[in-house]
Amino acid sequence: MLEIYGAYKVFNPGTVNEKVALDGVDFEMEDGDFVTVIGGNGAGKSTLLNAISGVWQLEGGTVVIDGVDVTKMPEYKRAKFLGRVFQDPMMGTAADMGIDENLALAIRRGNPRGLKWGITAKERSYFREELAKLELGLEDRLTSKVGLLSGGQRQAVTLLMATLQKPKLLLLDEHTAALDPKTAKKVLDLTEKIVGENNLTTIMITHNMTDAVKLGNRLIMMSEGKIVYDVKGEEKKNLTTGDLLRKFSVAAGHELDNDRMLLS
Amino acid sequence: MLNMQTLLSILNSLPGAVAQGLIWGIMAIGVYITYTILDVADLTVDGSMATGGAVCVMMLLSGYSIPAAMLAAVAAGVLTGLVTGILHTFMGIPAILAGILTQIALYSVNLKILGKANQGISVTKYDLMVSLRNIRSLPLYKNTIFVIAIFVIVLIAVLYWFFGTERGCALRATGSNINMSRAQGINTNVNTVLGLMLSNGIVGLSGALLAQYQGFADVSMGRGAIVIGLAAVIIGKAVFGRISTNFAFQLLAVALGGIIYYIVYQVVYALGLDPDLLKLLSAVVVAIFLAVPYWKKKYFTKAKKGGVNNA
Repeated sequence: MLEIYGAYKVFNPGTVNEKVALDGVDFEMEDGDFVTVIGGNGAGKSTLLNAISGVWQLEGGTVVIDGVDVTKMPEYKRAKFLGRVFQDPMMGTAADMGIDENLALAIRRGNPRGLKWGITAKERSYFREELAKLELGLEDRLTSKVGLLSGGQRQAVTLLMATLQKPKLLLLDEHTAALDPKTAKKVLDLTEKIVGENNLTTIMITHNMTDAVKLGNRLIMMSEGKIVYDVKGEEKKNLTTGDLLRKFSVAAGHELDNDRMLLS
Repeated sequence: MLNMQTLLSILNSLPGAVAQGLIWGIMAIGVYITYTILDVADLTVDGSMATGGAVCVMMLLSGYSIPAAMLAAVAAGVLTGLVTGILHTFMGIPAILAGILTQIALYSVNLKILGKANQGISVTKYDLMVSLRNIRSLPLYKNTIFVIAIFVIVLIAVLYWFFGTERGCALRATGSNINMSRAQGINTNVNTVLGLMLSNGIVGLSGALLAQYQGFADVSMGRGAIVIGLAAVIIGKAVFGRISTNFAFQLLAVALGGIIYYIVYQVVYALGLDPDLLKLLSAVVVAIFLAVPYWKKKYFTKAKKGGVNNA
C-alpha cells in the first residue's frame, strides 16, 4: 500500500539551523494497517506525513502509494490517494464556505472540476445523513459557514471530508491535540468508528501513549528522523504503556522527560 | 455654504455620478474577486483598466464594431491577468510586486496601443454604447445609466453562476484556505491565475465602458484604480453588507459602493473642495476603513483575554 525508501529531508541546509528531519527512513505498510506514530518534538513524525502528502519534495528517497511512485508528484495530485486531518482545526476546512460546500469540495477530490454545479441537491441529502452520524447536530446547520463551528466540530467535519471519498491512505497528524479532553475523546471515537467501518489504511500521529497503544494494529516510534521502534501483530496487542515507556528509554532515553508525552 | 445653487449643481451632476459610479462599480467587482475571494491584492488593475479603454477605442477607430471592440478589451484585460498570474505562481514573485510589474509594463504597452498619451473618440461620429451625453432625456434603452445597469446585472448573474460551479467553488476554496485546497486535490496555482484573469477581464470591460463614456482613452485613466475599487468594495460592504450574505447581493453591494463613492466625490467637488486633494482623500478613507477590522479584532481579542483571566 505504502512504501517509503531512504526518505531524506533536511531543513535550512547550510545554515546554523540545519536540521535533518528525516534521516533515511524506510517504511512499508500493508493494506488495512492502522499505524500509530509516537515520538518527541522534532522527531520527524509530521515530516514523515508531509513527505507522503507532498507538502514539499524530498531531498532523497522514494514514496510509492498503492503502486504509484509519487515522489515527484505535486501535493494537489497526490491528494486523490489521501485523506488528511491536521493538528490545527483551522487548517482542514475553508472557514468562509458552508459545511455543505466544504464537503462538496472533498467529495470531488481527485476528479476534474468543471462547470457543473459545485454541489447538488442529492449530495446535500447525502451530506446530511453522513453529518448525522457524527452526532453533533451539524446535519441541521448544513449551510452554516464552517468558521462559526467550534474546533472539535471543525475537526469532525475535516475527518468526514477526509473519508467521504474513501482514501487509499488516511493521514492523521495529531488531530486531537488541539482539542479539550472531552472533545478529543469524541473525535478519537469517531476516528476509530470511521476507520473501522471503512477498513481504512491509516497513519495516526499522537502524543498520547494510551491512544497509541489502544488504537491500531501497529505502532512505530520515531526519534531524530529515524524509526527506532516498530511493533505489530500480537506483540502490539499485548503492549502496555509501561512497556512503551521502557522501550522509549532504550530507544531514546534522553527524550523520556519530554513534557508533551502524556500517559493518560 | 449649502446654498440653492450648490444644491442644484449637485442634483444636476447626480446622473453623471451614477453612471460613472456604476462603471467603477464594475471595476470594483473585478477587485472584489481578487481582494475578497482570492485574498490577493492585485495592482494590475491600474494598468489593465487603461488597456481595456485603449484597446476598445483603437478598435473602434479602426472600424471594428462595438461588440468586437469590447470583447477585445475584455480579452486584453484577461491577458494582463494571465501575465500577473504567471509572474506570481510560476515565477514565485509576491502577488503585490507581480501586479506592480505588470502595471508598469502595461504603461508602455498602453502607450504603444494608443500611439500617444490620449486618443479621443466622438460619440457623434461613432455609435457608442455609453456616453456622458446620453444620460438625460433619451429613450430608456439608449440611456447610458440603463445600459451600464444591464451590464452590471448580467455580470453579476454570470459570476453568481460561475462561483456556484465546481470550478468556481475550487477558486473560492483557494482564496479561503490554500492548504486545505491542495489537500482536497485543487491545483491552487491554476485557480489563482484563473482568478486574476477573470478579475482583469472585468476591469478591462470597465475600462472599455469608461473610455466610451468620457469620449477618450488615456494612458493614465486607470491611475489609482485599485484605491477606488477598494473604496467601492469597502463602502458597499459597510453600507449594504449586513442586509444579505447572498453572493449576488454582495456583488451588487460592491457596484452600489461605486455609485456612493462617485456621489460623495461630486458632492465634495460641488462644495468647493480642491479636486487635487480628492485622491488624497480617497487614500485616507480607504486606509481608515482597512484599519477598522484590524482595530476591532485587536480590541475584541483583548477583551476576551481579560474575560478569561477574570473567570
